[in-house]
Amino acid sequence: MTETAPVPTASPSSLRLIATLAGIAIMSGLLVALAAEFTREPILKNRREALEKAVFTVLPEATARKNFLLNESGLTPLGDDAISEANCYAGYNESGELVGVAIEASARGYQDVVKILYGYNPHTNCILGFTVLQSSETPGLGDRVETDPDFLANFACLEATLNEAGTDLKNQIVTVKNGTKKHPWQIDAISGATVTSTAIGTALQKSTTKLLPLIHKVEPEFAQ
Amino acid sequence: MKDPRIPDPLSWSVFTQGIWRDNPVFVMLLGLCPLLAVTNTAMNALAMGLATTFVLVCSGTLVSLLQRVIPKQVRIAAYIIIIATFVTIVDYAIQAISLDLHKALGAFIQLIVVNCVILGRAEAYASKNPVVNAIVNAFGMGVGFTLALLSLGIVREIIGSGSLFGIDLFGAQFQPWAVFVLPPGGFFVLAFWLFVFSLMRKRKETRAKQEEVARAA
Repeated sequence: MTETAPVPTASPSSLRLIATLAGIAIMSGLLVALAAEFTREPILKNRREALEKAVFTVLPEATARKNFLLNESGLTPLGDDAISEANCYAGYNESGELVGVAIEASARGYQDVVKILYGYNPHTNCILGFTVLQSSETPGLGDRVETDPDFLANFACLEATLNEAGTDLKNQIVTVKNGTKKHPWQIDAISGATVTSTAIGTALQKSTTKLLPLIHKVEPEFAQ
Repeated sequence: MKDPRIPDPLSWSVFTQGIWRDNPVFVMLLGLCPLLAVTNTAMNALAMGLATTFVLVCSGTLVSLLQRVIPKQVRIAAYIIIIATFVTIVDYAIQAISLDLHKALGAFIQLIVVNCVILGRAEAYASKNPVVNAIVNAFGMGVGFTLALLSLGIVREIIGSGSLFGIDLFGAQFQPWAVFVLPPGGFFVLAFWLFVFSLMRKRKETRAKQEEVARAA
């Protein structure tokens, strides 16, 4: 005797199942495309404003900004909307002089990668400040790097001078234990938020070693 | 949950079901992941609640309209596509409204897709009822979910940051109890609200029983 598996009654054909799903997918694609189209302008505007705010925070004297792509092959000026492609932003004061360069940097923090933007003045060889672009550090502990006045005091002028050959920093930026800062290139950590403080230091150290020699090489090209 | 075979006549209870009797959080204990994750401030809670309500209402409308078209073999896949569509739209909309808000809500906007309140409503209600009922019911559920998020968010923000909707309440000398804006705080406050809710429900039941006894006597 042969037994057949119970066949579900009145099952629609596979073709109909596929057609229904395809129809719904097409409709959904249309809706998403419409939404993306309608929100593209405002999202771009928000991104631009957020970046502008961040750049002007780390370069307090700047009133205008220009996007650049900086790599081994040199400096490429980019358009005003090319935010995602740019990796450094030059800030200019009202008379059009370069007051500093804002650069993105990142390092692993306590929870996740901490992404910062820092300002660097190539004339004084100082890091002028930083702002956190993205972080998921513990509220009340790690996120104090943005608000703690003693920590921010490190960045009044954090020294980042190149060596004579201009290939690397004379003194690497380093985060030291709270209360043991002795040199202008050291960052005094926040006690209780050492991991995040160290992440800021590491991000700055990695980024400055890589980019500052390049910046000094192409500095005249930043002029407007 | 109600018997799905009898379609509901449109009544006030279709709306209030989601707020009180079948509140998605306090009664059905659904959608706890976003509830615990993004209620560290009242603003985040409100935004998350509104985003979820939007997805609930839109997906409920579409599921109800298409209930005769979608064969039951592929209904879950179809519902997920519909829900994911509206979640993507919400994601774009929040980015357009405020990048800070988008940053604060993080991955939990995309995760609305897997919020079981929404799929649960599509499966249990919208796919079996006329479109107006589906919209009203989904809106009620959304309001219930938003209220639940807000009740956590308000308590956590006041205790954990000393502010409400970003407005400082106590001045500089207030020492915030930071654990309340951290994940454990979410569990504490949720437990507290669940306790309050079940106490209220029990009281109501006892009162109803007493009235019955009194009437019988």
